[in-house]
Amino acid sequence: MPADFNWAVGGEAGDGIDSTGKIFAQALSRAGRHVFTSKDFASRIRGGYTAYKIRTSVDRVQSVVNRLDVLIALTPRTIEENRDELHDGSVIIYDGERTTMADAPIPDNVVGLDVPLKRLAEDAGGAIMRNVVALGAACAVTDFPIENLDSALEKRFGAKGQKLVDNNKEAARKGQAYVEENHDHEFDYDLETTDNDYVLLNGDEAIGMGAIAAGCRYYAGYPITPATDVMEYLKGRIEQYGGHVVQAEDELSAINMALGAARAGARAMTATSGPGIDLMAETFGLVATTETPLVITNVMRSGPSTGMPTKQEQGDLNAMLYGGHGEIPRFVLAPTTIDECFWKTVEAFNLAEKYQLPVYLTADLSLAVTEQTFEPDAFDMDEVEIGRGKLVDEEGLAEWQNEKGQFQPHAITDDGISPRAVPGTDEGAHMTTGLEHDELGRRTEDTDMRIKQVDKRDRKVETAEEREDWEPREFGESEADTLIVSWGSNEGAMVEAIDMLADDGIDVRFISVPYIFPRPDLSDAIDAAEDVFVVECNNNGQFADLLERDALARVDRINKYNGVRFTADELAERISGALTAAPEVSQ
Amino acid sequence: MSSDVRFTDFKSDKQPTWCPGCGDFGTMNGMMKALANTGNDPDNTFVVAGIGCSGKIGTYMHSYALHGVHGRALPLAAGVKMANPDLEVMAAGGDGDGYSIGVGHFIHAVRRNVDMTYVVMDNRIYGLTKGQASPTSREDFETSTTPEGPKQPPVNPLALALSAGATFIAQSFSSDAMRHTEIVQEAIEHDGFGFVNVFSPCVTFNDVDTYDYFRDELVDVGETDHDPTDLESAQDVILDPDKEYQGVLYQNEQANAYGAEHGLTENMAEIPDGAPENATDLVREFY
Repeated sequence: MPADFNWAVGGEAGDGIDSTGKIFAQALSRAGRHVFTSKDFASRIRGGYTAYKIRTSVDRVQSVVNRLDVLIALTPRTIEENRDELHDGSVIIYDGERTTMADAPIPDNVVGLDVPLKRLAEDAGGAIMRNVVALGAACAVTDFPIENLDSALEKRFGAKGQKLVDNNKEAARKGQAYVEENHDHEFDYDLETTDNDYVLLNGDEAIGMGAIAAGCRYYAGYPITPATDVMEYLKGRIEQYGGHVVQAEDELSAINMALGAARAGARAMTATSGPGIDLMAETFGLVATTETPLVITNVMRSGPSTGMPTKQEQGDLNAMLYGGHGEIPRFVLAPTTIDECFWKTVEAFNLAEKYQLPVYLTADLSLAVTEQTFEPDAFDMDEVEIGRGKLVDEEGLAEWQNEKGQFQPHAITDDGISPRAVPGTDEGAHMTTGLEHDELGRRTEDTDMRIKQVDKRDRKVETAEEREDWEPREFGESEADTLIVSWGSNEGAMVEAIDMLADDGIDVRFISVPYIFPRPDLSDAIDAAEDVFVVECNNNGQFADLLERDALARVDRINKYNGVRFTADELAERISGALTAAPEVSQ
Repeated sequence: MSSDVRFTDFKSDKQPTWCPGCGDFGTMNGMMKALANTGNDPDNTFVVAGIGCSGKIGTYMHSYALHGVHGRALPLAAGVKMANPDLEVMAAGGDGDGYSIGVGHFIHAVRRNVDMTYVVMDNRIYGLTKGQASPTSREDFETSTTPEGPKQPPVNPLALALSAGATFIAQSFSSDAMRHTEIVQEAIEHDGFGFVNVFSPCVTFNDVDTYDYFRDELVDVGETDHDPTDLESAQDVILDPDKEYQGVLYQNEQANAYGAEHGLTENMAEIPDGAPENATDLVREFY
């Protein structure tokens, strides 16, 4: 386990918690430290508990843990919410002059650091900077060079003028100086710096950047938490690469616009979350049956219905696999880390065009809003390859015309993939329809043609299974008797849990699966293991259902459905607990 | 675009299954003529059709075309045009498709003002499902699902469009072939969202809004002193409770179309073999 440091800032929504956390994360990243963040927020603009948590180390960190070393508490509730994570020697930075914090419930074993945040901020130029004063205080507690904080403040406020930057730097120094002058406590923390250069980004940003890298030029979407960040990232950036973002009137419109752009030949995407996936189910079938390449990003949140819009869940697996009436192939990719959000997005666009079908790219809320540091070459643009499949030009389409010279967009082929001519290609004019169609794309109810078209579409899946690499990611002891399987964002926490389990003498093999459909065959791995656990953030175990069906073997499930992500120590505890107790594991 | 394109080039070899005498024949012929007259050819034209009798038009015309889901033709067509501004884009559907299930998209398509043409074949009835009330059916129009009439006023699509900020509103009659063609042609030539409500009678299920009715009652604004560039004049004809009109009822040539407003000029289908030049700038932002 890395020598880590765990920090959080908490208060009410509207207190600037998110930007405060982001600034400190940026400062740590610029100091050459690895960072992994987690947000706890409510679906409201003001009020309600919200927190931003950072785990940092000079080594790579891939999860948050249930432990806090330094907590900036703007409200009493922040302390209540985090009491269990504080330990002997933890530090709480708070403003005792704030009415609500005068009698702050500081636990006995914790160092309470009373700093007049607001007053010092006012001295520096404005009360709004009180959180920055707290960050300066945190620098003093952790022996963290304040120049790194300056660098983050410049990045954050630089565009708004040097005066604002200077005021913020001054505010930070007032916080630092106050702690150094008024508190003689010896703190245990020392945030050393390195010369390493890291980039810091979240999953939504990685998806947006991956889309641009992959040649996506058109994005249509409707705002929805937690997918809006994808649209906000693309807006203002994709235009510089010849693309366009449009905010549609609803998700029905968004997916239709994206479909239209894709029919015109553009690489197109829409992104949404559960409620939007439901609305898009109607047009999803049209995308699939017209064999149009489209990437649909689903950033999952707690459902059903409006559910818990700002909370974690991996509950939409079945909706993506089975959503929409009728039967039609679609691919489902689920990147397991933030850097993989980038690469799987690129892959999603290539798969969509090569196999001419809709591809669901799914992240969950934790992956989407979590920030993590990476080496910049984790996003090496020279490694991005674009494959457009059977796109034909005027010359190429000649071999796909029938005896009347008509282009056949749904030609029956051995590999199931038909030629694709984009509008504007001479002699390529053709229609297609949501009705079952013949090779010309015209309505048919001919029973033979129906079978041929259904078989053709299914054959694309067989072709893809043969041609593409659907390997999962593997960690831990390959010969271990205990097999853990998960999908999506649980990977980081589980990878760290492996080490914790090993410390307790428990070896596990961990397979992290980014491909939901098509997916790797895990039957042998499941057969070889004595105990198999499938880890996922939902109640029913939707991925476990798939694996059970694939392997016809019994797996035990580790589920979580209270709206909170898995943490590494929790996973380690539940797995070790499950191994020593009954095989039935459920919360 | 070749100059020797004839309107029959836009005709597919599929025979329409519309009822003999259906207004949709005339509506479609006018669309094909207008497309040919404006210098388009099937390979640069994209037709998006909705669901209903009218939705079959994509099959009977020859061009790039997509026959979509019910009510969603407009956003689909907008996506096509935004991605490739070189294409001539036309959406077509019925009154149910556009003014009932798709009315939300209609309002926003009007506001968005994408440079395309929207032809609504308005027969004031649901024909394909064999005769139920549509949003433009008269208040007392008796059908299987409304035996005493809908008992609610019909939608006035022209007024909806005007209130949503339309830049081109027209109405035509499928049987008046020359005027219908001229009007659709003007809609195509309009730099923005060209909306044409076409009276396209259903001879099987609507015995009220018939050829005779429109022939007798329709007033051509071309034969009046109506000024389509004058908003008040447009309001007068569009909200007239006593008469129905054909012709270009309103046109605002000052407003920018969506593409001009957003600087869309490139065909987005064309992309490089790898990440775009300068893509590494995106990574640098995250330092």
